[in-house]
Amino acid sequence: MPRQAASWSFEEQDASRIDRLLESFLYESNARCALLVDRTGQLITIAGERPTFDSTAFASLAAADFSANDQLASMIGEQEFSSLFHQGERESMYLADVARRVILVVLFDDRATLGMIRIKTRNLVRELGILFAQLFERSAARAGTRRLETAWADDAEDEIDRLFGSR
Amino acid sequence: MSMINYASREINCKIVYYGPGLGGKTTNIEYVYDKVAPETRGKLISLATETERTLFFDFLPVDLGTIRGFKTRFHLYTVPGQVYYNASRKLILKGVDGVVFVADSQIERRDANVESMHNLYDNLAEHGLDPRRMPFVIQYNKRDLPNTSSVTELEQELNPTSAVSFEAVATRGAGVFDTLKAVSKQVIKQLS
Repeated sequence: MPRQAASWSFEEQDASRIDRLLESFLYESNARCALLVDRTGQLITIAGERPTFDSTAFASLAAADFSANDQLASMIGEQEFSSLFHQGERESMYLADVARRVILVVLFDDRATLGMIRIKTRNLVRELGILFAQLFERSAARAGTRRLETAWADDAEDEIDRLFGSR
Repeated sequence: MSMINYASREINCKIVYYGPGLGGKTTNIEYVYDKVAPETRGKLISLATETERTLFFDFLPVDLGTIRGFKTRFHLYTVPGQVYYNASRKLILKGVDGVVFVADSQIERRDANVESMHNLYDNLAEHGLDPRRMPFVIQYNKRDLPNTSSVTELEQELNPTSAVSFEAVATRGAGVFDTLKAVSKQVIKQLS
C-alpha cells in the first residue's frame, strides 16, 4: 500500500493568525462564536464564547449541511451557494465557504444583525481565503516529507489493541 | 485525508462503512457505541428516516486518547445503502481515510453486494481514490443466517484483490471490533 502524508496540516503560526482574524471579526460584528470546519467534517478551530454543544458532532453536521446545499445549488444550475443562513428564534447561524476547502460558521443572537454579519463576513472570508491558500500551498509542497514519527504509529496501534482488542 | 492539527495537537481520521441497504452498517457502529468505554466516545448522530433507515449518515467519534502528544480520534461514518441515495454517499466519502465494506451474506443479496461494490469503486474514483491503494477492509455480515453464500463465493465475487476480510454477526458483535481494529491500524500505518 503506498503511503500518503496527511493532505494538510495546521501549524501554530496559522492558528494564531486565524484566531486574531476571528476575534477581530467577533468584536466588530457582535457575533457570539465562530467555528472553522473543514469540508470533510473536522473541526479546525473555535473562537469566541465556548459552545455548550458537542462541537465534534456539530462540525460533521455543518459540513454535511454545506455539502448537501452545494449539490442542491448545482441541480438548479448554480456553481455553489457560497453562504447559507439558518434563522432560529433566539440563535441563528451563518455559514460561508472559505477557499472551497473550509467552512466558516458564525453563531449569533439578537445582539447582532444579519446585515452586519454579512458585511463583516465578506471581509473575513477574503482574508481567511488568502491565509488558507498559503497554508494549502505549503502543505502540498511538504507532501510526503513531513510524517508522524514511527513511535507514534506503534503507540497508536497498541492503543487500538487496548480499546478495540478483546470484545 | 487526515488533517493533522499541530496547533491543537489533534489528528482526526475518517472511516466510512459502506455497503448495500440493510447490510448492517449502522448495527456495526451502534455496537461500537455500546461497547467502548463512554469516556472514549462522543455522541452517536443518526440522520435516519422515521423507519430507522439511514437517510444521510450515522456518525460516531471514538477517541484513542493522547498518543505522543497528539489527541488521536477516529470519526466513524455510515452511508445510506439504498441505491437512490447515491448523492449522499458521494458526499460522505469526501476526505475518507479508510473504508469498511459491509456485505450481506444472504444469497438473495448477492446482486446488491456486487452493485454496491461497483458503486463504491465509482464513487471513490470521483475523489481520486481506489480501494486497492488505501485502507480497505471487507466484512461478511449475517453469518448466523441459514441462507448464506459461502465465504469462498463471497470472496470470489467481492474480493478479487484479497483485501483483509472478516466474517461477522454484527447484531451480536461478532467480528465488529476485528473489522474496526484492522481498518484503523491500516489508517494509522498510512500516516507514519
